[in-house]
Amino acid sequence: MTERVGASTVGERFEAAEPVVVAAKPPEKMAANKVLCDACPVLCQISEGRLGACDRWGNVGGKLTRMDPVLLMKRPGVEVVASGHAAWRGEWINDAPVFVSGVGSGTTYPDYKPAPFIVASRHQGVDMVTVVTEGIFSYCSFKVKIDTDRYLGPEQATVRYDGEAVGHVTTIEYGSQFLSLGGVHHLTGGSKREGRVTCALMQKLGNREPVELEIEGGARLTVEAGRAPIVNGVEETRMRVGCGSATIGIFAKQWYGHVDEVVVVDDHITGVLTEHQAGKCLDMPASGIRIRGRKSTPGRYFQVANPGTGWGGTDITDPLSIIEGWDPDVARPGLRLLMVSTTGEHAEFFVLDEKLRPERTPMPDAVRKVVERIGENCEPALATVLFVAGAGGSLRAGVTENPVRLTRSIKELLTRVTCGGAPAYVWPGGGITVMVDVTKMPANSFGTVPTPAIVAPIEFTMRRDVYAALGGHVDRIQRVEDVLARADVRLIDWDVANPWPLAPQENAR
Amino acid sequence: MNGAVRARLSDGRWHFQHGPIDLVIGADGDSAAVAASVEACWQAFPDVLPLLVRELAQLRSPCTPALRLSGPVAREMLRACRPFAQDFGLFVTPMAAVAGAVADHLISHFARPGVTRAYINNGGDIALYLTAGASFDIGLVADIDAPRLDGGVRVEAADAVRGVATSGWRGRSFSLGIADRVTVLAADAAAADAAATMIANHVDVDSPLIRRAPANSLRDDTDLGDRLVTVHVPPLVPALVREALDRGASFARACLERGLIRGALLTVQGASRILTEHEIEALA
Repeated sequence: MTERVGASTVGERFEAAEPVVVAAKPPEKMAANKVLCDACPVLCQISEGRLGACDRWGNVGGKLTRMDPVLLMKRPGVEVVASGHAAWRGEWINDAPVFVSGVGSGTTYPDYKPAPFIVASRHQGVDMVTVVTEGIFSYCSFKVKIDTDRYLGPEQATVRYDGEAVGHVTTIEYGSQFLSLGGVHHLTGGSKREGRVTCALMQKLGNREPVELEIEGGARLTVEAGRAPIVNGVEETRMRVGCGSATIGIFAKQWYGHVDEVVVVDDHITGVLTEHQAGKCLDMPASGIRIRGRKSTPGRYFQVANPGTGWGGTDITDPLSIIEGWDPDVARPGLRLLMVSTTGEHAEFFVLDEKLRPERTPMPDAVRKVVERIGENCEPALATVLFVAGAGGSLRAGVTENPVRLTRSIKELLTRVTCGGAPAYVWPGGGITVMVDVTKMPANSFGTVPTPAIVAPIEFTMRRDVYAALGGHVDRIQRVEDVLARADVRLIDWDVANPWPLAPQENAR
Repeated sequence: MNGAVRARLSDGRWHFQHGPIDLVIGADGDSAAVAASVEACWQAFPDVLPLLVRELAQLRSPCTPALRLSGPVAREMLRACRPFAQDFGLFVTPMAAVAGAVADHLISHFARPGVTRAYINNGGDIALYLTAGASFDIGLVADIDAPRLDGGVRVEAADAVRGVATSGWRGRSFSLGIADRVTVLAADAAAADAAATMIANHVDVDSPLIRRAPANSLRDDTDLGDRLVTVHVPPLVPALVREALDRGASFARACLERGLIRGALLTVQGASRILTEHEIEALA
């Protein structure tokens, strides 16, 4: 359950009634796959994957789990007395080992109300404040980088999910294709269904679930943050080492002496060794090869074939199809030709016969070694997902009465922005536009509201004096110890790959 | 085990919570009288759930003539649900009125001098307290996935309406029908709650497009057993919507004639039917 409609209740300050003697007894017999929820007198027996009568507690993997807890994170090696533990007396143990994240924190509405949690802690003797909330974002999207040279679709093509337009294909960067998914235009600018489907897609992407996308006039994709993309049913394994020309440039010297010509087949720039600057530098004689496509600079060819899922991101399955012929005045029988793709996944070795026809020949070990090195230099192909959102709006009022001071404090690196504890890159320029790698955030950080909009955690951490100076809600500061003592919190381990948010930032002004 | 808790909302209303019970309570009048009422209500609140739990097995069983219950809330649940079993021969358990009956039980604490009006909203099932000249305007929302105020009703002290309840397939409780919303006005919240559930069950039509699943495949301990409950309703052609509304309206009319309800508003995919002695106006 990541839908957290009406999450604002979480930020309420509850007081407890006198305990009442509970009438019901736990059953003596209970199916083994159920858990008994003793959170209230109803004593629901909950099967795996289901919720109890209250929708607040459920059976997750055989464990009774609060479905909407506030997520706290503990640095490793630190002992924290469990909340509700008899020994807990509310005093602090040591140097701020716990960070309160926005995940499950809820939100306050309207915006002028202080954020659900404004938490005081100490880090290395410095009083720190973290303002914790969940932002409700309509103005947000996911930028997806898909490491592939395979053709995904034309730039600007519509990307569909569950039949609805949810984004578009944007630019190709070196070895990767970018998609922009979600955004306010699809969330609220189209039909009601488009909005709902977009919202569902965004939540899944953010929560690192696989999603199946279809690009108009292009490929079908399965994308999951941090995993290899699947293009038209084929899982990508590695990125190309570079374009065809770059591959020639990198490996020319290693081929030298073992082959007379190399063609690196690539959808963008196919490289031809003897014509290429690298071959010239090695004084390699011309081979007489004639390549299809549009010549760019010497040894570099555009559009040798159509884009596709064959050799080097083209549609070809037989590499010889891109060779128009051989210049009989230059080419000679016995010439050794290597054709290889930019990932080394496809490679064939030929020798020209008496009639200057390439004949497939077993690849010599010395050549194979270089082909394997191309593969070795290709990094694993991944789909990576960044959450991009503008937090510069009314959300800031939950932090301070004078929102622009928060913006300035962030720009001056006095205030650190995190999303579920993960470091957020703040774009230069106006506003607080953040960009976060979703794989650095805790599982299931993203929720939705029916608007439709995305719910995402965001935390602002700064020194207490900085918080006071920017007009913060200092009267609403509570101790992290008191947050830790609540019943509706869950403590997980801090991801040590992330910088500790309570530590001061370098170069702070 | 977590006991009952309460929190004061920033606009002065109260939120009481205990297990599956979530109440939002608002009251107007002399501040001391309101505070005393809230306090009395709070004192009574922690006992409500344990008393219901004591009879939970019976509360989840059909309302047969033989069924006997002892708790005050449980008896009101049975009273509200029994007509649907006896008069209409329908399957119903007292649980159909649990939310309304809890709200009714606690609203009584506001009946003291100085309080002009009060309400207890138990997840959409609302008990009202009104003194002479007082009224409540209640806003209505058809689609909780895309909430928008699309209707409203004014309940005045002179109306014999002290309960307003809403049921539909999109809500937290299961429905056998396809109504996005059935809102019922009745003499008390328990009666409104039971009737809203039963009318919503009748707002139905046969179509293979409508996805249904056995209730006990979705939630443990449901009183509905393996009865098919609505899981998904795709956009339907107007003729099917009309037929579903016709079926629901005919049942609602029977409830109205028997005096079980004072009015009902049925909505399916933007189309509505109003049955009333009382005015329910669609807001422009």
